[in-house]
Amino acid sequence: MPEQNAPDAHKRFRGEHPIVVEGLKTAFGEHVVHDNLSLTVNRGEILGVVGGSGSGKSVLMRAIIGLQAAAEGEIEVFGRSIVNAEPDTYLGVRSRWGVLFQGGALFSTLTVGENVEVPLKQFYPDIEDELRHDIARYKVMLSGLPEDAVSKFPAELSGGMKKRAGLARALALDPELLFLDEPTAGLDPIGAAKFDRLTKELQETLGLTVFLITHDLDTLYEICDRVAVIADKRIIAVGTIPELIESKHPWIDEYFNGPRGRAARASKQRADGAA
Amino acid sequence: MSGGAEFSIEQDEGGKARLVLSGPYLVSTVGAIDQDLHAIEGEFGTIDLSAVSEIDTVGAWVACRLAARHGAKITGESGRAKRLLAAVETARSDADLTPPRVPLWELIPELTGDLVSKGGQGVVNVIGFLGQVLIACGSLLIHPRRFRVKALVRQMELVGVSSLPIIGLMSFLIGIVIAQQGSVQLQQFGAEALTVNLVGRITLRELGVLMTAIMVAGRSGSAFAAQIGTMKLTEEVDAMRTIGISPVEALVIPRILAAIIMMPLLGFYSSVVAIIGGAVVGELMLGIPFWTFLIRIEEVVPTYDLWVGLIKALPFGLIIALAGCYHGMQVRGNSEEVGLRTTMAVVSAIFTVIVLDAFFAVFFTEIGWG
Repeated sequence: MPEQNAPDAHKRFRGEHPIVVEGLKTAFGEHVVHDNLSLTVNRGEILGVVGGSGSGKSVLMRAIIGLQAAAEGEIEVFGRSIVNAEPDTYLGVRSRWGVLFQGGALFSTLTVGENVEVPLKQFYPDIEDELRHDIARYKVMLSGLPEDAVSKFPAELSGGMKKRAGLARALALDPELLFLDEPTAGLDPIGAAKFDRLTKELQETLGLTVFLITHDLDTLYEICDRVAVIADKRIIAVGTIPELIESKHPWIDEYFNGPRGRAARASKQRADGAA
Repeated sequence: MSGGAEFSIEQDEGGKARLVLSGPYLVSTVGAIDQDLHAIEGEFGTIDLSAVSEIDTVGAWVACRLAARHGAKITGESGRAKRLLAAVETARSDADLTPPRVPLWELIPELTGDLVSKGGQGVVNVIGFLGQVLIACGSLLIHPRRFRVKALVRQMELVGVSSLPIIGLMSFLIGIVIAQQGSVQLQQFGAEALTVNLVGRITLRELGVLMTAIMVAGRSGSAFAAQIGTMKLTEEVDAMRTIGISPVEALVIPRILAAIIMMPLLGFYSSVVAIIGGAVVGELMLGIPFWTFLIRIEEVVPTYDLWVGLIKALPFGLIIALAGCYHGMQVRGNSEEVGLRTTMAVVSAIFTVIVLDAFFAVFFTEIGWG
């Protein structure tokens, strides 16, 4: 059955903080991933989320989008609590975010264009076929894919193109909030830089708030407004990169002042100097 | 003003009409008025967006399309609308969403030809695969230390030991059904004592092995295809090759050997349990005591019936494992393929087993083991 649109689905979120997480605890059995984690995302920003492998970045994203149950704590998205929420609340929120999973998570039996159409069909069945095809086509183009990619199957695409196709599907419903899980992982540096620019452009054009999980220091320097650091089962610091570089926490210090961190900073400074 | 997207047509002083869009133009609202917008005809000088309260790329796309169709200029857009219009304007495309469709009169001959050539290719491939397995067997004989005993034992456990409960239950019930239904028919000739012959011979010769083969094809043949298929998708098989491990040696041979070893054992077990099921019916319904039933089996069933069942079990096991592994190795592309190949593995295994069983039935009768 097609899901019904929530009555206020066409109202954009006017509040300051589209995502507010308070005292979150998540656990797999005995293994606690987050304990008393709190995080606030500002509207219109690109928030980078960093942390060591296995520190729970993806789990945090899954908790916010409702794929991972929270053991304790409160998660508000667009001002509505989604912990143990009624299905109706979920629907109202779900049509307003887009998620790009790590591997793209495209439906392998559908073409790229049909992949983009899936959320449109699900949430807005009253859109005519022709308009829906049009929407799918321009979303694919907006994501920086060539025209002929629309009719291709995911297995025929390269890794970078899959990510772009996944992005096109994430943007299908014109979301206000975009979750990106390691969008540049596995891309070559040129492709990664292009993807960063695309993210920034889309964020500016469409007025998105972006929750971006990454390991890529260049991405942090290039496009993130603020960076949140996960360690010790909680967010240990949130701030702009200059603020974080001053931090005394050993993990943050090593992260930004290690060899790769210094290289990324230097290349950013060179780029700024040239511009 | 209601909550939805609306439009109106106003006459300008210059003579040209003006299309005024108002309300929210969003993915959630344009669906309702898209048809009405399509029905608008005529030329417009301008499309006025100043009354549009909210807009997203879908709204911008609709405005863009209207402007192109009616030769109009867009005016009164907000800063956000301007950005969105520019973005969708550059993203225009006419590409087809699905690969081009082939007309039916071309499709049918094409599919038939495909089927024939693929069928032929399939036979060649299966023979080639069997050849690969034999070569790998040969190289294992030369280098016996490369043989994976652990994998073989693990597969024997999966194919054999863990299927004992389900095969036992199935065989017990089949034994009951044969004894009960057989006795009803034999009673008409006053020959219900022959129920023992019926149960003993049919289970040892035919049904024990055949039902076991069908169960093993469903349980283990499908598992082989799905496991190996998934490993192909996740490139584990390629990783093995690069490390220098032959996938046929590591994955296929343990499974095939396990199936060949376990099939006769399972078939014999199945026959025995079915005979016990028959003996229970004898005790409860026919007045033949349980132990008498079992002792009579020894007298009325010739030993070659047991051999017929056990000999057939070997090629059945080979066919089931070969079909499962072959189809697993053929998986490429996407997850749908794993499902397709698993189905094909089970169907082709059961079909081949039954065809071969018919051949064996004639063969063993001809050589005097009737």
